[in-house]
Amino acid sequence: MLVMLAAMAAPMALLAVYSFWTQEGLALDMHFTLDRYAEVFSRETYRELFYRSLYISSLVTVVTVLPAYPMAYFVAFHVPQRTKFVWLILLTIPFWTSYLLRVFAWKIILGYNGVINSGLMALGVIHQPFEFLLYNTTAVVVTLAHAWAAFAILPIYVSLEKIDRSLLEAASDLGDGPIRRFFRITLPLSLPGVIGAAVLIFVPTTGDYVTPTLVGGSDGVMIANVIEVQFAKIGNWPMGAALSIASMAAVGLITLLSVQAVRMAVARTR
Amino acid sequence: MMRPRRGRIWLFFYAVLYLAFLYLPVLFLPLFSFNDSAFIAFPLVGFTTKWYAQMLADSAMHQALWNSLKVGFAVALISTALGLLAAKALTRYRLPGGAAVLGFTSLPLFIPDIVLGISILILLNAVGMPLSLMSVVLGHVLICAPFAITVLMSRFDGFDRSLEEASLDLGENAWTTFWRITFPLVLPGIISSLLLTFIVSFDEFLIAYFLAGTDATLPIYIWGQLRFPYKLPVVLALGAVILIVSCVLVVIAEWVRGLGVDGKRPVGA
Repeated sequence: MLVMLAAMAAPMALLAVYSFWTQEGLALDMHFTLDRYAEVFSRETYRELFYRSLYISSLVTVVTVLPAYPMAYFVAFHVPQRTKFVWLILLTIPFWTSYLLRVFAWKIILGYNGVINSGLMALGVIHQPFEFLLYNTTAVVVTLAHAWAAFAILPIYVSLEKIDRSLLEAASDLGDGPIRRFFRITLPLSLPGVIGAAVLIFVPTTGDYVTPTLVGGSDGVMIANVIEVQFAKIGNWPMGAALSIASMAAVGLITLLSVQAVRMAVARTR
Repeated sequence: MMRPRRGRIWLFFYAVLYLAFLYLPVLFLPLFSFNDSAFIAFPLVGFTTKWYAQMLADSAMHQALWNSLKVGFAVALISTALGLLAAKALTRYRLPGGAAVLGFTSLPLFIPDIVLGISILILLNAVGMPLSLMSVVLGHVLICAPFAITVLMSRFDGFDRSLEEASLDLGENAWTTFWRITFPLVLPGIISSLLLTFIVSFDEFLIAYFLAGTDATLPIYIWGQLRFPYKLPVVLALGAVILIVSCVLVVIAEWVRGLGVDGKRPVGA
């Protein structure tokens, strides 16, 4: 156990240390400095990338979690026990299988000569391929929402499944209609699952690399692309480290604040 | 609950649509992999298996596949072994701060892969370890161990602890008790964990991309091919094969994992 903790903590600590250093050509200046962070916050391109990454991943979180809720609700409450297993496997298969290939599928769907364009043209609906399908923010959002769907369903399903059914009966017996009952019992009790799903999607999608690279084009560039460039191409590791730490801090802060805000909003409605 | 309600039917339709959204995009990969044209576009031209033949003839692909298999096996074994220890410790003994430890091991789920990749890269660079398939294994174990722990913990929680106590009372020692009682009962969890961690490692791209050095794994090989439009059909063929094999393995893993837990199917039967 301790070994695993160390294995997790050591790379993170080193990453933090690196972010306080300076790259001097091929050498590293190991004096403590906050210059990298100053650069992160002062360069307009970086700031814009931060905003865009956070905007994209918040959008993805919403468009993934909202549609996932009815799906999870259906499996938890309306699927008979015998077939539940099959539904759950169907919903978890994408969770385990190749992320790269699922993103790649969208590239061939949305492309200039892709599935949608060539399909519509073969049907005679359009005569010129749409150019707005691939290489923009929307393409990134759609692809991410598809790729992360399973991550949203599972936590929501688990929290719905845990709800004591006698509470629902009690609410009905006491005169609540199905809609009132949903908002007073089911939704509040499943909220931990919803929050869990949102966090599980928001945090990693902000730092996603594959999707913006394959379907994002220049409009869909996200923070991870810049981090990759710093490490792989420019070789400015301290800068890349500072960008990583800053983005994780920003994501963590926003997550904490919004979870807290949701909790308070729910507490007030009770 | 018994009478069919309108709301339920709508929800069912919704669920079917949702599954379609989940699966249709991916089905274009196998569809176009059999299409007799270098362009991935409608209308379909004709049926061919030549892309599969080209894929099989590619020696770089063989090397990458072999690398991925090696890494996958190593990752599956190591992370399941670690998961077994951790799951046993967390379910059987009251550890101080057990919950915190559990939370910490699931951290990799919440850290973007790119940050994990580069931070391990920095660490390996600092200790002077050259990049190789070994470093990929290290990175993958970090992301796979949480899955192994989760799968195995549900298995440990699922069986009656008094069986172990009975065995100890009847004079077995801790070691033989583990092999004769605990191990057979947890075995479905172990198999499931091995399969799932193997798939996660086999399909993982980004961490491997940073840590592999010059040895490409299969996803890295695919990434490299994506730059060449004329190679796309071959990538489709390869992707279709990978997706189908992954799906089969996941179904087996989930099925094995469910064995015995619901009480309907006896363990070991």
